Amino acid sequence: MQQVMTHHGDSHDHGHDHGHEDHENLKVLGFWIFLVTDCILFGTLFATYVVLMHNVAGGPTAKELFEMPGVIAETFILLTSSFTSGLATLAMHKGNTKQLIGWLVVTALLGLGFIGLEINEFVHLVAEGATISTSAFLSAFYTLVGTHGLHVSVGLFWMLALMIQLARRGITPVTRRKVTNLSLYWHFLDVVWIFLLTVVYLLGVM
Amino acid sequence: MWEKIKDFASTFFVTGDPLIYGADVSIVLTMAAIVFVLTKYKKWGWLWREWLTTVDHKKIGIMYLIASLLMLFRGGVDALLMRLQLAFPNVEFLHSEHYNAIFTTHGTIMILFMAMPMMFALFNIVVPLQIGARDVAYPFLNAVSFWMFLFGAMLFNLSFVIGGSPDSGWLAYPPLSELSHSPGVGQNFYIWGIQISGIGSLATGINFLVTILKMRAPGMKLMKMPLFTWSVLSSCITIIFAFPILTVTLALLYIDRFLGAHFFTMDGGGNPMMYVNLIWMWGHPEVYIVVLPAFGIFSEIVATFAKKTIFGYKSMVFAMISISVLSFFTWVHHFFTMGAGADVNAFFAITTMAIAIPTGAKVFNWLFTMYRGRVSFEQPMLWTIAFIPCFLVGGATGVMLAVAPADYQYHNSYFLIAHFHQVLIGGVVFGYLAGIYYWWPKMFGFKLDERLGKWGFWLWNIGFYVCFMPQYALGFMGMTRRLYTYGWDMGWAPLNLISTVGAFLMGAGFVFQVWQILYSIKHGERDTTGDPWNGRTLEWSIPSPAPLYNFAVVPEVKGADDWWLTKQERANGTAKAEKAQLEPIHMPKNSGIPFVMSACWFVAGFGFVFGWVWMAVVGMIGVALTMWARSFEYDTDYYIPVDEVRRTEASFGRGISCNKS
Repeated sequence: MQQVMTHHGDSHDHGHDHGHEDHENLKVLGFWIFLVTDCILFGTLFATYVVLMHNVAGGPTAKELFEMPGVIAETFILLTSSFTSGLATLAMHKGNTKQLIGWLVVTALLGLGFIGLEINEFVHLVAEGATISTSAFLSAFYTLVGTHGLHVSVGLFWMLALMIQLARRGITPVTRRKVTNLSLYWHFLDVVWIFLLTVVYLLGVM
Repeated sequence: MWEKIKDFASTFFVTGDPLIYGADVSIVLTMAAIVFVLTKYKKWGWLWREWLTTVDHKKIGIMYLIASLLMLFRGGVDALLMRLQLAFPNVEFLHSEHYNAIFTTHGTIMILFMAMPMMFALFNIVVPLQIGARDVAYPFLNAVSFWMFLFGAMLFNLSFVIGGSPDSGWLAYPPLSELSHSPGVGQNFYIWGIQISGIGSLATGINFLVTILKMRAPGMKLMKMPLFTWSVLSSCITIIFAFPILTVTLALLYIDRFLGAHFFTMDGGGNPMMYVNLIWMWGHPEVYIVVLPAFGIFSEIVATFAKKTIFGYKSMVFAMISISVLSFFTWVHHFFTMGAGADVNAFFAITTMAIAIPTGAKVFNWLFTMYRGRVSFEQPMLWTIAFIPCFLVGGATGVMLAVAPADYQYHNSYFLIAHFHQVLIGGVVFGYLAGIYYWWPKMFGFKLDERLGKWGFWLWNIGFYVCFMPQYALGFMGMTRRLYTYGWDMGWAPLNLISTVGAFLMGAGFVFQVWQILYSIKHGERDTTGDPWNGRTLEWSIPSPAPLYNFAVVPEVKGADDWWLTKQERANGTAKAEKAQLEPIHMPKNSGIPFVMSACWFVAGFGFVFGWVWMAVVGMIGVALTMWARSFEYDTDYYIPVDEVRRTEASFGRGISCNKS
């Protein structure tokens, strides 16, 4: 990040050969700004949830619905996957492609586990009659949590594409930038989940 | 079977209105004509290679411009239809639902599919040239943004002849826009048309923010940037903070409609006010998003045509930044009357009025720049001068509306209609027209004809006041917005007739402008110097139209108005010998993926509109596959060799022979 922020106005030299690498840094900066927009997107969903969380319209309340063991498991899995994606980045800095792909595989599997648990949770809730159209509270709940889940799924799709590219090409400036962005994204989703855990689940069962 | 097909067709296509049959015929004829011309002159390949796959910001800008002018036409026709309906009491020209559909599409199109792309046209054409860059930060993404805008706009416009138009207002307040009150597909067209183009707008915001922050020519410190670039920067920051809110709001509305959720419904615990808050948290900043670049345009034009450095550069920058921040603290003034309470209303009344302060500072700076300048009155300057009184009145009536207690009188009246048209036409449309006249030679290499332009100018301006001044009075007389007819007993007839005449005068002004463009293509004054207005900023230092790579040699910037300084140095003979070297220029390759990806979005959007899940799924898979394909593309750039650069420059009469590298 330091590197990205400091060389101000440096990227004019497309003509030079190192112009290419500057472009990769430019894309990391753009990704940070994309994450800002994603923050606002989630912020808006959180605001909606907070406004509507008590509007249960005679349906089940958060306290009646949420089962914390599953949620705690999801949290541990996602936090661990954030850690392993960090290990993947470290492996990349060491220049070890095999290790990098290995940790990405672990991260993806944990991500998959998280999605599996979330789907399981949703299926259970729906089976109990708590659907998106039951109440405003549940509309907001499914949308907020579902949007996070959708983000994780997109991340998995992206990770798969990246693993293939890494296997084919190894660590190049381009794949390095892609891994950097992916791990930014993954950590970001982790942070969002912490807020979800707090605002939705912990406040819900309190 | 036959009955089934007939049944489907009668719900799928909009039937029963002669206006719409006329539109059907004209759409088919236009399409046929386009296909015929392209085939006859064997231009399909050219269209694909030169335009549909281009990643050149200048060409993308031109496509934005064409699309926005077409949308100005469509939105303008909507306006004239409305004014015809309101010209006299008890006119039976449009039915109430048709009238609702027309004011909805008029508002939506003018803001989202006319003002926004016209703004992006100028972003694309001007910003890289003004900061001495060869490209935008993400040329591929730039093409994606354009095509998503275009396909979104087309999806929205399709509602006119297929399925039916949205008719619950340009901001689609629930419960009107909920399934219970709008059971047709019109509202879905609204949601998906805006959603798809909105994602493109958001990407443009990120793209130009990074372009301005990171791709300025060496020596161009932030406080040496041209003011238009500053205005784009502040507009982009506002886009980045406002557009995700729009994305969420529209998504929630669609989830309500499609999945039966209860975000904004009247039952199930939903809260319609939540929607109104959310949409205005985007909607009010949106107004400043479109007007800030106009302020930047005026700053450039005033300095150029008064031949003086802009007065109060720093205060101009500060004013734009404060406007973009304050714009997020004003949204409640759109619903003072909805019972928020005195304290909340007072807070938002004060923040709203506060925006008048930086805006006023800017107007004074423009006036002080003109003071004792040698002002020449060519078209860009005419529109700039016309803007000032117009915006003054618009701003003053805005402050009147911002007084919360008084707003209980003006709310949803024609006073409001007159106010926002005054600021949006006076500020945004006049501003962008000024910008288009100003940068037209840079885009196309010729000036637009002065004589026809002046006809257009005066018709627009006189028409404007004739159209909207009566509406202030009508507002006070109790005429509310969105009504489609009224009786003789109201006493509104004379003023409404005058207003309609004004609208048609503006329409005539537009006709003159179209004529002006067509006439000037052949007869317009050619721009051989690249600097037809004796400009001040870097874009005037290169040939018109700019070559593919913009700058053969990236300039070293000494100050704001760098090109002006260079010209002065040359005149004084104090210019240092340029020791620039030509080097191979790094450029992005064209790509068909943005077009295909956006077409897939269109398919998905169409599926979502009609609730045809299979089609939406097919479209989304297409989107995912094109993204996947792009991710696997590594060979995305190339270099323009030195020889080719030298040849291109020579063809513009600009030899760089002394700098053999």
